[in-house]
Amino acid sequence: MLGLSGYEISLITSMGIAVIFALSLNLITGFCGQISLGHAAFYGIGAYSSAMLTKAGMPLGVGILGAVIFAGLVGLAVGFTSLRVRHDFLAITTMGVGFLFIGIMRQWDFVGGEMGVSGIPGSGLGKPGFMFLVLGFGVLTVLFSLHLKRSWMGYAFDAIADDEDTARVIGLDVSRYKLAAFAMGTALAGLAGALYAHNVRFIDPESFGFVESITVLAMVVIGGIGSVFGVIIAAALLSVLPLWIQFIDEYKLLLYGGLLFAMMRFSPGGLAGLAKQILPKKSSLKASGDTKA
Amino acid sequence: MLYVELLAQGLVQGSIYALVAVGLTLVYGLLRILHVAHAGLFTLGGYIGVLVTNATGSLLLALVVSMLVVGLLGMAIYRLCYQPILDKPPYVALIASIGLFIAMEEIYRIAFGPYGISYENPPLQDVVHIFGITLRLGEVAVGIGTLVLIGALALFASKTRFGTVWRATVTDPEMAESFGVDIIKVRYLNFFIGSALAAVAGVMVALLNNLVEPTMGSVPSYKALAIIVLGGLGDVRGTLLAALALGVIEAYGTIYLGNYLDRDAIAFAFLILVLMVRPQGLFGRA
Repeated sequence: MLGLSGYEISLITSMGIAVIFALSLNLITGFCGQISLGHAAFYGIGAYSSAMLTKAGMPLGVGILGAVIFAGLVGLAVGFTSLRVRHDFLAITTMGVGFLFIGIMRQWDFVGGEMGVSGIPGSGLGKPGFMFLVLGFGVLTVLFSLHLKRSWMGYAFDAIADDEDTARVIGLDVSRYKLAAFAMGTALAGLAGALYAHNVRFIDPESFGFVESITVLAMVVIGGIGSVFGVIIAAALLSVLPLWIQFIDEYKLLLYGGLLFAMMRFSPGGLAGLAKQILPKKSSLKASGDTKA
Repeated sequence: MLYVELLAQGLVQGSIYALVAVGLTLVYGLLRILHVAHAGLFTLGGYIGVLVTNATGSLLLALVVSMLVVGLLGMAIYRLCYQPILDKPPYVALIASIGLFIAMEEIYRIAFGPYGISYENPPLQDVVHIFGITLRLGEVAVGIGTLVLIGALALFASKTRFGTVWRATVTDPEMAESFGVDIIKVRYLNFFIGSALAAVAGVMVALLNNLVEPTMGSVPSYKALAIIVLGGLGDVRGTLLAALALGVIEAYGTIYLGNYLDRDAIAFAFLILVLMVRPQGLFGRA
């Protein structure tokens, strides 16, 4: 089909899922400036929800919808913590949410405990069909991100990310926007998680741990916090390089760690920031406010 | 007797958390950075401890070498990694630190192998009976060692001139600087002492588990972050209390809640619960 091998199709599918996942965090951390070190928990909630629903005989659509709703609801609840704690405290709280999620999943026999869930139904669309489904959702996510960024809500997020207190002073309902960011971002993570579950068809608690949370944060940060296109490029590259080149897979974490460190140390604006440095005039018109470094 | 035994186990675990967390909270007080890579230094401390002990047969020498090397490396991390990005938004240093930590773990894995290394003749494994409870000599050493080190630190901080300067700088860096304090010197000292204490914790954990592995820093790292948040970020006394409290809560929690939550989840459930009620931490000032 399309002259693509099965291997290439699975690469593109993984890439599409990573892009959706990274953009979901970009909504919370990039647009609204609320750092999260436990985003993989929502990816996990989506994956588990859809897996359990479809294993109980529900169609794929219900599974995905359930994943989105469930992850979004839990995300909304976690969003309330962002009203209580800020900055570093929020980073540690969300990290705690991530560990709590894994801890509960490990002990909960209904979802397989440590063993995880196997035999998750496939999409029933075949590999190429599923790839198109993922790409479709990916395009929708990108369009949604771009639209949101230029909407009234996007500007409000921007103001909150810049300075929460000032945003409040000028009359923005900061709490409501923060909750909205968490609910939308985590719901999208749920979508990505559901797609992941039907793609690999086996999940266990370890698939959604701290390393995954950091990996997705790496995609957002390396792409350039808040920049939609930067994040897409970073997510696509970082998800596919380790699958593509076996040598990199061995040293995947060293690469992620090193890149995260080097990016922050030398170019905190990420790829988008680098692009702006190299092409200052071309992008100055539309990119002002793209990155908040 | 179970209660007392659990309390003792909890306090031993809490002592180790305390040694790791003190350095972390001091760095936070000075620089407002969540120094995640601190746990990478803890792991390195464990490796050096085991390697030197196996080579020379002396645990004490290993402890000293480990503290020195790790302390110096801590200073280097400050100079090379944090100093250039201090004026950036806080998430920059946090993410850089996480990246550094992950890279450090990977370097240990590549250098020393994924399965870890052990003592050839594990020291301090004898069993002692105190007040009717049974502890290993190593656990007693952890408790006493922590007391001595934290006591020495408290004396240094309260009785010496440099200690006073140090405390003043941690409390309010800008004010201290305006009084003529060389805050760069204080930062170096701060990183040296904090990292050396983490190295001691690393050697001790290596002793208790008789194993050093690349990822042994992960759990203490996240726990220590939780602890300094509970202690009210930058507050040394609060951090020490929070460390011991968390050790004890985990010890009891694993017995009574173990069927629902594992040890780490209990710690973080406690963290989230406390933060929702007191966003400034258990012992932090509002």
